[in-house]
Amino acid sequence: MKNTPIQLHVVTRIVAFIILIFSIFLFFAGHNNPGGGFIGGLMTASALVLLYLSFDLKTIKRVLPFDYAYVIGAGLLLATLTGVAGMFFGFPYLTQFFEYFQLPILGETELTTALPFDLGIYLVVVGFTLLVILTVAEDDS
Amino acid sequence: MEVLMIFAIGILFTVSTYLILTKSLLRVVLGVLILSHGAHLLFLTLSGLKTGAPPLLGEEAGSYTDPLPQALVLTAIVIGFGITAFMLVLAYRTYKVHETDNFDELRGSDDD
Amino acid sequence: MTNLLILPILIPLLAGVILIFFKNSKMIQRVISVIASAAMTGISGYLIYAVYNNGIQTIALGDWQAPFGIVLVADLLSVSLVFLAGILGLVTLFFAYQTFSAEREANYFHTFYLFLMVGVNGSFMTGDLFNLFVFFEVMLISSFILISMGSQRYQLQESLKYVIINTVSSMFFIAAIAYIYGVTGTLNMADLSVKIAQLYEQENSGILTVIALTFLFVFGTKSAIFPLYFWLPHSYFAPPAAIAALFGGLLTKVGVYTVMRMYTLIFNNDPIVFQILLLFGGLTMFIGVLGAVAQFDFKRILSVHIVSQVGYMIMGIGIGTPLAIAGTFYFLAHNIIVKSGLFFFAGITEKITGTTHLKKMSGLLKTHPYVGWLFFITAISLAGLPPLSGFFGKFALVIAGFEAGHYFVIAVSLATGVLTLFSMMKIFMTSFWGEEKLPDPSAKERKVGKLILPVLPLVALTVILGVAAEPFFLFSLEMGEQLTDPSYYVESVLEE
Repeated sequence: MKNTPIQLHVVTRIVAFIILIFSIFLFFAGHNNPGGGFIGGLMTASALVLLYLSFDLKTIKRVLPFDYAYVIGAGLLLATLTGVAGMFFGFPYLTQFFEYFQLPILGETELTTALPFDLGIYLVVVGFTLLVILTVAEDDS
Repeated sequence: MEVLMIFAIGILFTVSTYLILTKSLLRVVLGVLILSHGAHLLFLTLSGLKTGAPPLLGEEAGSYTDPLPQALVLTAIVIGFGITAFMLVLAYRTYKVHETDNFDELRGSDDD
Repeated sequence: MTNLLILPILIPLLAGVILIFFKNSKMIQRVISVIASAAMTGISGYLIYAVYNNGIQTIALGDWQAPFGIVLVADLLSVSLVFLAGILGLVTLFFAYQTFSAEREANYFHTFYLFLMVGVNGSFMTGDLFNLFVFFEVMLISSFILISMGSQRYQLQESLKYVIINTVSSMFFIAAIAYIYGVTGTLNMADLSVKIAQLYEQENSGILTVIALTFLFVFGTKSAIFPLYFWLPHSYFAPPAAIAALFGGLLTKVGVYTVMRMYTLIFNNDPIVFQILLLFGGLTMFIGVLGAVAQFDFKRILSVHIVSQVGYMIMGIGIGTPLAIAGTFYFLAHNIIVKSGLFFFAGITEKITGTTHLKKMSGLLKTHPYVGWLFFITAISLAGLPPLSGFFGKFALVIAGFEAGHYFVIAVSLATGVLTLFSMMKIFMTSFWGEEKLPDPSAKERKVGKLILPVLPLVALTVILGVAAEPFFLFSLEMGEQLTDPSYYVESVLEE
């Protein structure tokens, strides 16, 4: 990597974070508006793929030392357990609950159990996309 | 609008049939991908296209779109996304091992 | 509304997810997946008891009541199949521990085995058409991974074809669901049963036949019936014996189950579909068995036989009387047990001799008599000789066919039975009977006692289902009554 493409690096550093912030916005917008875990996750994955593209694999591996299989596992576990939680109170599996709370700074906010479920999906999508892309990318032989 | 969509779906199905019947590995995978798009569009069209109303069912909503097809198609897209990714990786591995992307050469076994 | 119904799906799901984190510990993986499979089997055993005594149980997921939400329905058919799947899963696990290399086992085998169980159990239990699609996909994706695991040359090329064919048929599944949703506006199976029965009374019900046949195409591809079976013999030949047994015993049967569900519950008064089912059933069984007669490889004969036996089940559904449905279920249960048992035997002989080709081995009966005789019992059970389990399923089907006046297809099924016996005896005569001829001399000393142990329960089950057939057959008859009258199902789902 002697011919470092400076322009690409500079643009990536800015754009990747814009995409990341937008993906988080999309993630929280979900449930009642367009957005949600899947779309947010894909957006995040695209930001990360942009990072992988412009820098090289090793550098990003040092910055983001995740095993993406574990990310998928964590996401699935979170999503499944959210569904299980209601079962302890006698509700059918996957029953969702929501309530409006007054939070400092944010004002009236809707807190739902769909949020952790969506977070699980988000993690699965990010993990899955990156796992697939990296598996093919690392296969240099 | 529905008629137009039906034609679009027909074209997608035709193209995908052509691609699936070719011998090149990558084209077959692309054909399956296009077939899935056709099927998803078919779902949306057959459950009724409506313009101008959000898919929300309030108590007093005068007009609304059926939210079910949208949810189901999103699910189907996610599944299709996963399968396509897997299929591409598998096709890539097969290409690497067999050193060919021609389905004619991907038949028979070692012991025959 | 009891959460017990979700457990056969939830337990393997949770266990599979947890095992992602223990990729490198063989012991933890084995313990957790055995415990999960055993728990799943136990719970489904209890569910059979509960459903038998208290009638059909349902649960509305997420508290969204039917027909708007997704329901899980446990009737006699679905819980019995979940139970059988659990037993088969346990046996497969123990067999896999003996035959799999450490490398293969480390590669998320357990996780995807458990996800496969999630998909299979979910497909059996769900009461919603789209949810059925989702569980089908869970099952298929796991099966794609299990079948291609190991990445040998032949395996890769055949699993690629398997993946493409199944994906295409899944896309047609979406299209069929789109049609049915466009016509009726619902996807709940009980609700569909009511609405479609009303639509058949109107004049232009031709679209319903089209939809029924589109579904038949989809499920026919998954269950390998007559014009759509070509993928099966190659794909099931590719993976190792334990996985082939799981697939041969279970996956095509999920397709048969859905055919059974669709055409007893939803399209139960379509005039054309049942004729087509009879026709394809007859063709499937006869062409399948001809293929088996022509083969000279242990695993290939068994793979082609799957096709032939699916034909019997399709024929039973096509006859459609309560007795025929009972016979179909009996045959289905028998086939899950026996077919996978035979695949295990193929694995054992492969372990002994290093090959599955019949001409390369003979006289195994002298070196390994237990294997030989146990195989003999299983093989004649598959061929349908009394007093083993295969006989009673076929017997009920034949009687039901005569009662309904379908003489020709019954004649075909009897001829198929003879040819089945012939091809099974071919395996026995060439590889077990006769002069001792082994590809390498050390094979004679090879001990396979540990490998036989997991197969014993299956052999025992086929004997029990044959010798003590009466209680089991009365159970199947009750199931036949329950299935041929959709009002049971509809009332228990929609009442809540």
